[in-house]
Amino acid sequence: MADLVKKATRESYGEALAALGDKYENLYVLDADLAGATKTGIFKKKFPDRHIDCGIAEADMMGIAAGMASTGKIPFASSFAMFAAGRAYEIVRNSIGYPHLNVKIGATHAGISVGEDGATHQCNEDLALMRTIPGMTVINPADDTEARAAVEAAILHDGPVYIRFGRLAVPIFNDPATYKFEIGKGVQLRDGSDVTIIATGLMVYEAIKAAEELKNDGISARVINIHTIKPLDKELVVKAAKETGLIVTAEEHSIIGGLGAAVCEAVCEECPVKVVRIGVNDVFGHSGPAADLLKEFGLSSENIVATVKKAVAEK
Amino acid sequence: MDELLKKQLQITACKVRMGIIEGVYNAKSGHPGGSLSIADTLTYLYFAKLHVYPDNPKLPDRDRFVLSKGHTAPALYSVLAHRGFFPVEELKTLRHIGARLQGHPDMKHIPGVDMTTGSLGQGISAACGMALSAKLSGDTYNVYAVLGDGELEEGQVWEAAMFAAHYKLDNLVAVVDNNGLQIDGKISDVCSPYPIDEKFKAFGWHVVTMDAHDFDSIEKAFNEAETIVNQPTVIIQTSVKGKGVSYMENQVSWHGSAPNTEQYEQAMSELKAQLKELEG
Repeated sequence: MADLVKKATRESYGEALAALGDKYENLYVLDADLAGATKTGIFKKKFPDRHIDCGIAEADMMGIAAGMASTGKIPFASSFAMFAAGRAYEIVRNSIGYPHLNVKIGATHAGISVGEDGATHQCNEDLALMRTIPGMTVINPADDTEARAAVEAAILHDGPVYIRFGRLAVPIFNDPATYKFEIGKGVQLRDGSDVTIIATGLMVYEAIKAAEELKNDGISARVINIHTIKPLDKELVVKAAKETGLIVTAEEHSIIGGLGAAVCEAVCEECPVKVVRIGVNDVFGHSGPAADLLKEFGLSSENIVATVKKAVAEK
Repeated sequence: MDELLKKQLQITACKVRMGIIEGVYNAKSGHPGGSLSIADTLTYLYFAKLHVYPDNPKLPDRDRFVLSKGHTAPALYSVLAHRGFFPVEELKTLRHIGARLQGHPDMKHIPGVDMTTGSLGQGISAACGMALSAKLSGDTYNVYAVLGDGELEEGQVWEAAMFAAHYKLDNLVAVVDNNGLQIDGKISDVCSPYPIDEKFKAFGWHVVTMDAHDFDSIEKAFNEAETIVNQPTVIIQTSVKGKGVSYMENQVSWHGSAPNTEQYEQAMSELKAQLKELEG
């Protein structure tokens, strides 16, 4: 495959907010002393009066966002996934989710690829937490193109949205000229008949690479990008279960509660097939370069290939 | 305060208290003590201070009210009902299956409720967000929030306090209902938030104190708050938990329990006597 340009989706987030600020005058951005890291500083530079720093107080920031949304503004509350979904969980649930307020949560530095900061900052539980809140839309974009599209889709969606962004630069494989993003609609990237690899976030590109390699080994793998974890595109997932009879999920998140769990829930009710989950196996991460950690934790095309081969052999 | 207005407020507050008892009795659960301690303050706000529109509850230029101590919803519901947001009779449906009047304030379904609250420490943040929103848009409405004194033990309150002072939210008035009691006992015994006034001063707030059961004092405090610029105001009100029902006054056991039929009848009879005296 040709070398693709890489970009971290947190940069896509900051740039998209800045690009959309003129079009959506009700758009405000909140931060908790991380405007540099979450890249909302890009928005702040262009719209200083519409950027509110709440200080290192994520719980309060979520409440501020709720209050602003109640008056008709569209606030993007930004922090690291660990603090946005983790520390502020109960505020997100009670002050945003329960009254279904129009708050968007931009959570950067998600997953193990945070790298050197280590386990305290590697949030592998955010999708699980956010997915349990009724009415919460949960989006995990795979690249720059999708991340930008997700930001605008979130603005246009009436209700709370959680969007997950990464710190690590990842290949831009979706063509911005033709890519269409729709909340809740998965994207089938290639067809296949032996197995379906369902991936989300930075694992989508790994899944595409894995499918290429599997083809050389005579295995026909379908690849589906699930950018919206909730509401899940059950129709596409169940169709894949029926037509390929085997699913391997891949996510940079705990195997508990995230994409793998959502897929299991969908297929076990409507078309039970074997589902093998690739993700962080109920352990904490640790410090190290992001690329090395992804390999170590099995979040790689190599591990997808090996997992698929084993599962297909057992089919 | 004008004597006629004072008399009217006293009468209304007494009816509001009856509504609280009615609601909690019919729910067979709820929080009467802290509801009764804020009955006069809420009556003053909704009948003499706030610009609100019962026929059009969501009008954008209305003043906002956030009951950060959301468990005292019976007081808010009773005031809203008496102000005409929904029928007073509906208070009897408090906490019932299928009722709008949830155990804690629900902005999605109850007319006049500006913020969903109940989990302590969160309402004040939302109130800050509303006040900031007005500043950002040049809107002139004010935001009022009522907190419990025990609620001050929540760290989020102080995050919000820091934020409000930093952003000079002079359109925000917080009231701390200092009745001195929380579920586990006296606030000074459980995990003391005292000195409340010095803490808020240190956080950059203008501090006012008032007697929560004296409308002259209440009016004076809220009028003073209106004159303060460039900083938020906190009104620390000295109140009596359970105020107006003799056997509930200053009794921690009435924080979160409902009267039985005999107790209900006694409470209503006391409040009716108070009302009769006021109406003279």
